[in-house]
Amino acid sequence: MARIIVVTSGKGGVGKTTTSASISTGLAKRGHKTVVIDFDVGLRNLDLIMNCERRVVYDFVNVIQGEATLNQALIRDKRVESLYILPASQTREKEALTKEGVEKVINELSDTFDYIVCDSPAGIEHGALMALYYADEAIVVTNPEVSSVRDSDRILGILQSKSRRAEMGQDPVREHLLLTRYNPDRVDKGEMLSVADVEEILAIPLLGVIPESQVVLNSSNQGLPVILEEQSDAGQAYDDAVGRLLGEEREHRFMTAQKKGFFSRMFKGG
Amino acid sequence: MTDTASTGLAHSFQLKSANVSLTALELYYFDQDDFENALREKINQAPGFFKDIPLIISLEKYEGLDSELDFFKIIGTCRRHQIHVIGVRGGNDDQRRLARGAALALLPGSGQREKPAEPEAEPSRDEAPQTSEAATSDGPAPAKIVSQPVRSGQQIHAPEGDVVVLGPVQAGAEILAAGNIHVYGPLRGRALAGIHGNEAARIFCQSLEAELVSVAGHYKISEDLQDNGWKSAVQIQLRDDLLVVTPLNKA
Repeated sequence: MARIIVVTSGKGGVGKTTTSASISTGLAKRGHKTVVIDFDVGLRNLDLIMNCERRVVYDFVNVIQGEATLNQALIRDKRVESLYILPASQTREKEALTKEGVEKVINELSDTFDYIVCDSPAGIEHGALMALYYADEAIVVTNPEVSSVRDSDRILGILQSKSRRAEMGQDPVREHLLLTRYNPDRVDKGEMLSVADVEEILAIPLLGVIPESQVVLNSSNQGLPVILEEQSDAGQAYDDAVGRLLGEEREHRFMTAQKKGFFSRMFKGG
Repeated sequence: MTDTASTGLAHSFQLKSANVSLTALELYYFDQDDFENALREKINQAPGFFKDIPLIISLEKYEGLDSELDFFKIIGTCRRHQIHVIGVRGGNDDQRRLARGAALALLPGSGQREKPAEPEAEPSRDEAPQTSEAATSDGPAPAKIVSQPVRSGQQIHAPEGDVVVLGPVQAGAEILAAGNIHVYGPLRGRALAGIHGNEAARIFCQSLEAELVSVAGHYKISEDLQDNGWKSAVQIQLRDDLLVVTPLNKA
């Protein structure tokens, strides 16, 4: 049985697709057979970030509607073995996703994959509900600002009440907090919420903190999941997050401002 | 939140079901002097408690003669001590006839509550709201206990009893309770206690960060809560129609 992980946030533009791409790549890099599904029907982005947009023939909606088989629609990643992408349709609407259709696809994928990562669209409407309905775990992507935290709280409430696990009365969906676009300098200046603030408000375990970085933007534009930028702090932070998702103990990094200058380093002990 | 008649015709009143607890005086026998002495003694034990309270006379354990049962004397004695007899509970047909003669409301006894109201037990119009108060010998409604955080957009509704939340109530979440609200965590959303008008209901929380708090329709919004007990453990109650916030460690 595959572990089904939804990457969700409520709010748009916080880094769901970036996170989906990096988490799925990280899982596959460790040898787990992983598929990432783009639930953002009508606004597909995941294939751009995964650099496979020119290889899309059939999509998720085609499979749901029986116009293509899963094998025809799944795109195999060129960089990482055992990573597959199920792209969203650009031309349909989110209503094309039905509970039964999604279930059929997920069940079929469950037979052969270890991890199914569902990249949720923004909002709390149909598309987002479909993405989280079958989830076993949820990565809640949050930016350190008030409106993003509020929306994450909302989506956590929906996970507890509207997911399949909630409706069937099974164990609740396991929740992870992933804080993205974190800028310790701006936290020190009081312009951003701190990790502790967000953790305190949302009251769920912290999976990782991804620092705000130019590298994230650059790699997205190049169609490269940032986790493959192994020298960058954002890439390493995603790698840590994948490790923690798999149960490893890893210390949280990139949470404090870089000390500048020789003397401050000397006196702070590095 | 306060009820206003806004439908076309202006009504001079509206009938609502009310639920209050009453003190019942369980009468074993009646003798004017004994009664007044016993009453005076009780009042002396807790003078404030008995001032202007409504009282019902329970006849279920009455063993004296019907002819000794003088409701006018009972009412008069009680009135002298600022206690208002409003009705009788239980009793046989003769006793109830006497009570009705003294303009008292007739409430069903606790053992016969399930029976349909007898024609003679039909109270006069102005006493109607009080009949539902008789059925208060039930235990309190069980509290609704929530052991997860109440998230934005979620609503917890307890139409009868209390609500206890073991965790935060997030901004954008709402708790509604007929009784009290206890939050063992920060209260960041909205908490409305005593939604059916129970003015004795209270709100307790570990950290007051609420968007709105309300007791029996009297409310305060976040802006008005900042000065007193903000972000600390408090209780909120209604005193003389005013919402009062007091720190829990000084309660």
